[in-house]
Amino acid sequence: MPEIALGVHHVYKKFRKGEVYDTLRDLIPSLVTRVMRNGSNPALSNREFWALQDVTFEVKRGEAVGIIGHNGAGKSTVLKLLTGIMGPTTGNVCVHGSLSSLIEIGAGLHPDLTGRENIYLIGTVLGMRRHQIKRKFDEIVAFSELEEFLDTPVKRYSSGMHARLGFSVAAHVEPDVLVVDEVLSVGDYVFQSKCIQHMKDIIRRGATVVFVSHHLKAVADLCHRCILLDRGRVLKDGDANLVIREYLARGAEKTLEDTDKEVYVSRVVVRSGDRECLRFDAGDVSIVDVEVGANSACSKVAVAIHLRDEVGLEVFSTSTERLGKGTLTLKPGERAHVRFRLHLHLARGTYHLGVALYRYDIEKRYDLKFPSASLYVGDVRDVRGIANLYPEVLE
Amino acid sequence: MNELLRYRDLLWMMTWRDIRIKYKQSILGVMWAVLMPAIIVGAGILVKFALARLSARSMDLQDVATVSVKAIPWAFVVASLRFTSTSLISNATLVTKIYMPREIFPLAAVASQLFDLTVACVVLTAIFSAAGIGASWQLLWILPLVGVLVILMVGLGLLVSSGSLFFRDVKYIVEVLVTFAIFFTPVFYDSEMFGEQAFLLKLNPVTPILEGLSRTVVFHRPPEIFWISYSFIVAVATCGASYLLFKKVEPSFAECI
Repeated sequence: MPEIALGVHHVYKKFRKGEVYDTLRDLIPSLVTRVMRNGSNPALSNREFWALQDVTFEVKRGEAVGIIGHNGAGKSTVLKLLTGIMGPTTGNVCVHGSLSSLIEIGAGLHPDLTGRENIYLIGTVLGMRRHQIKRKFDEIVAFSELEEFLDTPVKRYSSGMHARLGFSVAAHVEPDVLVVDEVLSVGDYVFQSKCIQHMKDIIRRGATVVFVSHHLKAVADLCHRCILLDRGRVLKDGDANLVIREYLARGAEKTLEDTDKEVYVSRVVVRSGDRECLRFDAGDVSIVDVEVGANSACSKVAVAIHLRDEVGLEVFSTSTERLGKGTLTLKPGERAHVRFRLHLHLARGTYHLGVALYRYDIEKRYDLKFPSASLYVGDVRDVRGIANLYPEVLE
Repeated sequence: MNELLRYRDLLWMMTWRDIRIKYKQSILGVMWAVLMPAIIVGAGILVKFALARLSARSMDLQDVATVSVKAIPWAFVVASLRFTSTSLISNATLVTKIYMPREIFPLAAVASQLFDLTVACVVLTAIFSAAGIGASWQLLWILPLVGVLVILMVGLGLLVSSGSLFFRDVKYIVEVLVTFAIFFTPVFYDSEMFGEQAFLLKLNPVTPILEGLSRTVVFHRPPEIFWISYSFIVAVATCGASYLLFKKVEPSFAECI
C-alpha cells in the first residue's frame, strides 16, 4: 500500500450553463463548430464555466480531511471526481485502495422492494460482496433498529426510516477510503450523533476519510486537516482550526450598506482586546462593535444582538434597551457606535451573530443583519451542548 | 473488464431487482413472461393462416411451431432493446450519486429479459413435447444460437442506453424501430419466400439466428453455418465497438444525464 491514499493533481473541471444539447438538431451545429475549431480547444465557450481550477492536494493513508467552502465552491464536484462519478476535464485523480461513499445513501433504495431486499441491493451498489452482506446482515439490521419492518416495502417507510436503513448499510462497508458528503444534515439529533460517532470509529480504525460539510463543528471535531475551496480553487490547506478561522473571517468581510432603510447596521466588528478576531477560547471576553448609520432622522433606536448555534437555536440575545442603556437618536448621515462586551462561556462550536435595530414602542424593526459574523469557540475540554460550566473531576 | 468481475454481485443483484420489481404487485406475476410472447405467437399464427389461405393449402402444426420458435426470441429482442434504451436514464440517481461500472445497467436489463426468455422456453418445450415435435441432438444448437443473440443484444444495449442518455431521440428511434422491425425480420414469414433476394433479409443479423432456431428445433436440421458465422461476427463486432464507445463516453454520464 502506498503512503498516499488519494492524489488530485492540477485538476480542472468545466461545466456548461443552461441546457446541454438535448436533441440531434442542437448537436449537429455544435459538432460542426467543434470540428472547425479543430477539436482540442481548452478555452471556455460563452456558456461554460470552470467549476474547479488547478485543484491539487494529496491525502495520506489514515488521514481525515475536511473540505469546506461556500455553496458553489466546488466541494461536491471534488467528491464526484474522487469517487469516479465524473472525470476531470484536465489533470488527474488517483485513488489507491477501495473507495466507498456516503453520498445520499437513500439513492440506491428501491421503493418496491422490502427492507431486507434493499439491504442486499444497496450493499452491492456500495461495492460489497453478497457473502459479506450475509455475514453482517444481523449487525446491519440491529444498527438500523428496523427489525420489525424488514419485510415491508421501503415505499411505506418514513423518511427517517429510509435514512436509517441507508446509513446502516453504508456504515458496514469497510473501504480503505471513505468519502462523506453532508450526510450529517439528514435525520434527527440521535441519528446525527450516531453518524458522528460512527465516523469517529472509522477514523480510529485507520481509514482515510474525506469529509465535506457545512457543519463546521463536526469538521473541526473529526478532521485535523482542512481544505478551503473558493470558487473552484484551493484557497487554504492546512490545520483544520486555522482554515476554519480563515473561512469564517472571509464570510464576515462584507461591508453592510443599505441606502433604502431609515437606519441600518453599517458595520459589525468582533474583537478580542484591540484586534479583530473570530476565534475564541471558552471563557474569553469578546467585544462586538456595531456601527449604525442613518439615512433619515430617527429616534429611540435600540441595538439588539443575538447568537445562534449551528442549527439555528438562539443561544443568547439582548439589546441596549433591555440592558438599561437607552436608545439612539440619529440625524440623517450620522453614524453611531455601540459596543457590547460578551463573556463567551460557551461550549465548543460555531455561533452566528445577528444584529438588529428596533424601535420597541412602535414595534418596528429597521434592520436585521444575520449572520453579521460567525464566531468559533474552542475549548480543550470535550464539553457538549451550548453552555460551558467548566467541569472538573474532583479527586 | 476486471472491474466488471469485481462487481459481478452487483450485476446479479441488479438483474434480480429488475426481474423482481417487474412482477411485484401484479396478479399474474411471472406468467407475463409467457403471456407477452404468446400474444406475438397469436399474431404470427393469424398471419400464417392468411398466407396458407392465399396459397390455398391448409395450415399444419409445423407452421405454428416455426412461428412460436421465432416469436419467443423476437419478443426477447424487442423487450431488450426497449428496456436497455431506458436502463441508464431510469437509474439516474444511481448514475449521478454512486460510482460503479455503468455497463451493469444495460447488462442487467438484457439479463432480466433473458430470464423471461428462459421461462417462455420452458413452457414452449412442454407444449412441443405434448404436441410431438420430437427431439434430436440438433437441439444443442439452441445454446450457441441464443448466445449469439445475447451478445448482439448486449452490444446494441450498450449503444442505445448510452445514446439515449445523451439524446432522448434515441429512445424514440428505438421505439419506432422495434415496432416496425418485425416487417424486416422473418418472424411471421420465411426468408426463403423471397427466393433470390433472401440474402437481403439475412443481412439482418437476427434473421439467421431465428431461422437457425426454427431449423434445429422444428425440422431437426443444422443451421446454415455461413449465415450463423456472419451473425456471430456482426454480434461480436457490435458488442466490442459499443463497449469501447460506452467506456469512452462513460465519464461524462453524470453531468449529461
